[in-house]
Amino acid sequence: MKFAGLLVLPAGFFLSVAAIVLFPAQSAASRAAFVLCGLAVEGLGLTVAFRGHMEARREQP
Amino acid sequence: MNPSAAGPLPVAPVLSETACALCFVLLPLALLAIAGVALINTGLGRSRSAAQALLGNLAIVAVTAIVFALVGATFTGAINGSSHTFQLAGKPWNWIGAGPLFLGGLSSAPLQSQLGLLFEFLAVALAALIPWGSGADRWRLVAGCAAAAVTAAIVFPLLAHWVWNDGWLSRLGVNFSLGSGFLDPGGAGTIHVLGGLSALAVIWIAGPRKGKFPKEGFSTALPGHNAIYVLFGCFVALVGWLALNAAGALLWLHSPLTALPATALSTLLAASGALAAAFTVTRVRFGKPDASLCANGWLSGLVASSACAAVITPIQALVVGVIAGIATPLLVEVFELAVSIDDPSGAISVHAVGGLLGLLAAGIFAEQTGQFLAQLIGIAALLGVILPLVYGLFWLLNCIVPFRVDPDGERIGMDLHELGGGAYPEFVIHRDDSYR
Repeated sequence: MKFAGLLVLPAGFFLSVAAIVLFPAQSAASRAAFVLCGLAVEGLGLTVAFRGHMEARREQP
Repeated sequence: MNPSAAGPLPVAPVLSETACALCFVLLPLALLAIAGVALINTGLGRSRSAAQALLGNLAIVAVTAIVFALVGATFTGAINGSSHTFQLAGKPWNWIGAGPLFLGGLSSAPLQSQLGLLFEFLAVALAALIPWGSGADRWRLVAGCAAAAVTAAIVFPLLAHWVWNDGWLSRLGVNFSLGSGFLDPGGAGTIHVLGGLSALAVIWIAGPRKGKFPKEGFSTALPGHNAIYVLFGCFVALVGWLALNAAGALLWLHSPLTALPATALSTLLAASGALAAAFTVTRVRFGKPDASLCANGWLSGLVASSACAAVITPIQALVVGVIAGIATPLLVEVFELAVSIDDPSGAISVHAVGGLLGLLAAGIFAEQTGQFLAQLIGIAALLGVILPLVYGLFWLLNCIVPFRVDPDGERIGMDLHELGGGAYPEFVIHRDDSYR
């Protein structure tokens, strides 16, 4: 589960980079929204990774 | 991908001889930041691992210096130096340096580049030291040095090139009209967030100290053994940070000399605000101020100032420090109690979160349009690329050089197990009730 969370993190990064590649400088609001979505995906990935760590801790004898 | 020379890039302003001389005086003083963090790391660990902890700090500085000189400096590159770029959406993406191997041609390089390299030597040592405190009392010395070597050879050079040496993050302003590009003159992201995320990876891999999280009940408090080291380390670190932030402002922002007093004042006020806030929070929370959490608060203020001291006003720095000081003690508690993270030095709260706060503040208080977005993209790169990369590399390293000491070593302490002698041989070693 931790690995799954860590794999989600680069997806959020690529979303953020896609924002500046796809939208011109004039579309500042769209850019910002895309970048924030990317960060939200990264937040999700971090949450999953932390949950994975907690579950692994619980399973330990 | 094609290696490209400096040609197409605009030439960075050349520092005056006075600025270079001042930088050369400041950089050795920045070593005190390393000394301060080393003292804090040692003081927050346990007495039976104190000698191993301080020797580890020293060994990590040595290992990073050697590895960075042999390999890391090549990939870090230099401003206007050779690098590898690729084209995407019609823009150049400069992603890694292609400097000479083994510090070749150093003496003939411009003075500014040589000073930048010296700054990076100090920065990589500090970044590699940060996780050492988080792995205290169970992370083997050899494994700590191996992890420092990986940081100095691969992770830090990649990030430092992106942020400081004309990498894609520093060119966000030129290529995508995002303010002045990603701003991090003092290394909040390049040093501290990297160090904090490395600490998280180490904790995830090595696991908690024996007895920290018993099967039943709350986590066990394993307090640091020497509050004097910790608090004196805070004083020492302040001097180092003043030097590091001023040198960073000169080297990476080309700030005029007249801006340096304000940078120093912002650094001091961020730390002071953070200490006042941490003092108040712990006083309210526990009835009395907590020395180690106050020290963590002070340090998180300094960390936050690394990103923004040179670009915001001293009063804004005070506000940033107060926010960092409120967040740090609360986050230390949350990480320990809610998510079972055993972080003896509080590196994740202090360095990772403090650094991210500073980077955000540099964007919030900046006057240029798009600066906040540039900072967010930098943060996305730190979390989305650097954390998985560090975790993956450390996970592989753990398969070759196991991070965690064997149970017997943990029981008798790292000093006796790894060094054969304790830091305080005249002290009576008594039974540890938390170890069962």
